[in-house]
Amino acid sequence: MADQTFPLNAWYAAAWSHEITRALAARTICGKDIVLYRQQNGEAVALENACWHRLLPLSLGWLDGDNVVCGYHGIAFNSDGRCVHMPAQKTINPSACVKSYPLIERHRMIWIWPGDPALADPSKMHDFHWNDGTEFVGEGGTYYSLKCDYRLIVDNLMDLTHETYVHAGSIGNDAVTETPFDVTHSRRIATVTRWMNDIEPPPFWAKNLGKPGNVDRWQIIRFEAPSIVVGDVGVAPVGTGAPEGDRSQGVYGCFLAAITPETEKTCHYHWNFVRQFRKDDAELTRQINQAHVNAEGKGLYDQDAFVLEAQQRAIDNNPRLPFYNLNIDAGALWARRLIARMIEDESTGVTGLHSEAAE
Amino acid sequence: MNVANEWRSARVKSIRDLSADIRLIEIEMSGPFAPAAPGSHIDIAVEIAGRPSTRSYSLLGPGRDGVHEVAVKLASDSRGGSAYMWTLKPGAVLKTTAPANHFDLNLDCNEYILIAGGIGVTPIHAMARALAAQGKDFRILYGARTRSDLVLAEDLRALAGERLQISCAEDGQRVDIAAAIASLGKEGELYICGPIGMLDEARAHWSRSGRPPANLRFETFGNSGRYPNAPFTVLLPHIGRTIEVAKTQSMLEALEAAGIEAMYDCRRGECGLCALDVIAVDGVIDHRDVFFNEEEKAEGHKLCACVSRIAGTSITVDTGERPA
Ligand code: FES
Ligand code: FES
Ligand SMILES: [Fe+2]
Repeated sequence: MADQTFPLNAWYAAAWSHEITRALAARTICGKDIVLYRQQNGEAVALENACWHRLLPLSLGWLDGDNVVCGYHGIAFNSDGRCVHMPAQKTINPSACVKSYPLIERHRMIWIWPGDPALADPSKMHDFHWNDGTEFVGEGGTYYSLKCDYRLIVDNLMDLTHETYVHAGSIGNDAVTETPFDVTHSRRIATVTRWMNDIEPPPFWAKNLGKPGNVDRWQIIRFEAPSIVVGDVGVAPVGTGAPEGDRSQGVYGCFLAAITPETEKTCHYHWNFVRQFRKDDAELTRQINQAHVNAEGKGLYDQDAFVLEAQQRAIDNNPRLPFYNLNIDAGALWARRLIARMIEDESTGVTGLHSEAAE
Repeated sequence: MNVANEWRSARVKSIRDLSADIRLIEIEMSGPFAPAAPGSHIDIAVEIAGRPSTRSYSLLGPGRDGVHEVAVKLASDSRGGSAYMWTLKPGAVLKTTAPANHFDLNLDCNEYILIAGGIGVTPIHAMARALAAQGKDFRILYGARTRSDLVLAEDLRALAGERLQISCAEDGQRVDIAAAIASLGKEGELYICGPIGMLDEARAHWSRSGRPPANLRFETFGNSGRYPNAPFTVLLPHIGRTIEVAKTQSMLEALEAAGIEAMYDCRRGECGLCALDVIAVDGVIDHRDVFFNEEEKAEGHKLCACVSRIAGTSITVDTGERPA
């Protein structure tokens, strides 16, 4: 088996809150088939999506109150995954269970812990408050089952020099490739910071700033292992103090990514772009959403998705070829190192022992 | 079996006697090691009267450094698994499975009662460790026949303090299951591992209390009954056969050894697939399964051949087989 590409003991985005209702929703997350639904009290539940009896996906069954009834022979499981009804017998086999997965609902999303439930630690939940719809606004979406290793998206977002080539004409310009950047890192977080001072703004930012002249432009991209990326990006008229911390004359926002491995080679890419300017402008919200992903496949992220899937196909077709690295890859390489460390810690049991803390 | 679990080699690392007939065996596993969730067991390939067989042993904790711990009580009247385990010396090579779990501990609950009867304390010990580590509200009721059987009392005391209640039959005490259930909060869960009589009692009280059946969790490896193991005879009039079940054999094993086809899956008294129709009994049926409920056991129309036995001389059954 290939080396594991993702840790299991981590919180991953499973769905947008509004997607999980009183209907059964199937997802594969970190190679695990999962069924999601909401109980009558509104609380979301995630169970293993394979019936204990004959493995029929439970998502093909139905809800009876808070229980899931298998659509094949009618075994029912409660929200803990325990069997509560068995057809044609008076007792219930005590080993009849499906796994139930810890969930947290926060920041307008539902987050799942696919690993050891005993280690599911709410304090390990990522910061994703930018998505709350308060300080910033924006409506995003998800590429479900995007055909690439989730780490290729991390690479993509941690190195924005690709904007110049993939997104020429909207946010890309030469300044991005010409300006050096700094990388800082801690155990869980790697940050790439790039200030492009006194440059001509690219079209998207020129339009939203609505002021003539050159700008100071920034991209501060924060990666939180294993798969959250938040890019603080914006522009302010040159010399108004943005690099020193005064952004009052500028416009800015954040691109948000909560990337969830589906399998080793596919992922669910939950994305958003949220902004701090013209927050009441619903039409602008719609336009920005459409500019990222649209039905014609011409959005900014559609361009990335095209590149990422093509890259994965090339990796699959050339399995023996390694990646080579450039100076621009430093952010991505730090991100990958933090991911690798999480996987390593998990396999050596640093985070893996249930009760060591008690000893 | 539900889980396809491969055999792998293992080694006895050390042996420590906890009492005159209970022994702690440390088993060094081969291959990738992962800590086991509370309630897990491993299957061990054993040899009984020269024949290969399998026994399941609950783990005392998550294990560490590639080593798992089991505790084995040498039962003079057992089917022979424990006798084999007691022949092992440090360094002995074994075949085991990786840990599997049919007795999952739900960590999402606010109140727990754990009940252990005799050597059934092993998974309860693993659960107590996990609950203590998580700072959960739990109580333990630990019962045994004799004081020397209470081998994990000190460990449990360290985990649970005042929340451990010990009952010893030789001091005239018994675990008051009814009172424990009555004192448990509405959402609370009960985990129990012990002899079948204890399980039956818990199941009966639990169902009378009207609590959700799924919140009573139990495990049995089907090796304890209300009567001691003894040999008996099985009469099979439909195919004109008579077979003997040795003290160290289950009825299912005896049928198989005699070349008589029988269906089964779990071989631990849970699934009901091995159930046979009872035509007559000379003696009483010692039901050791958890598949049938109280009434069904009292009626005695069927029995689970994988675990249940006869206290008496013989039983006449129909396996469903007919001469061609
Ligand atoms: S497969 Fe689900 S009840 Fe049979
Ligand atoms: S084989 Fe499952 S109860 Fe006997
Ligand atoms: Fe991009």
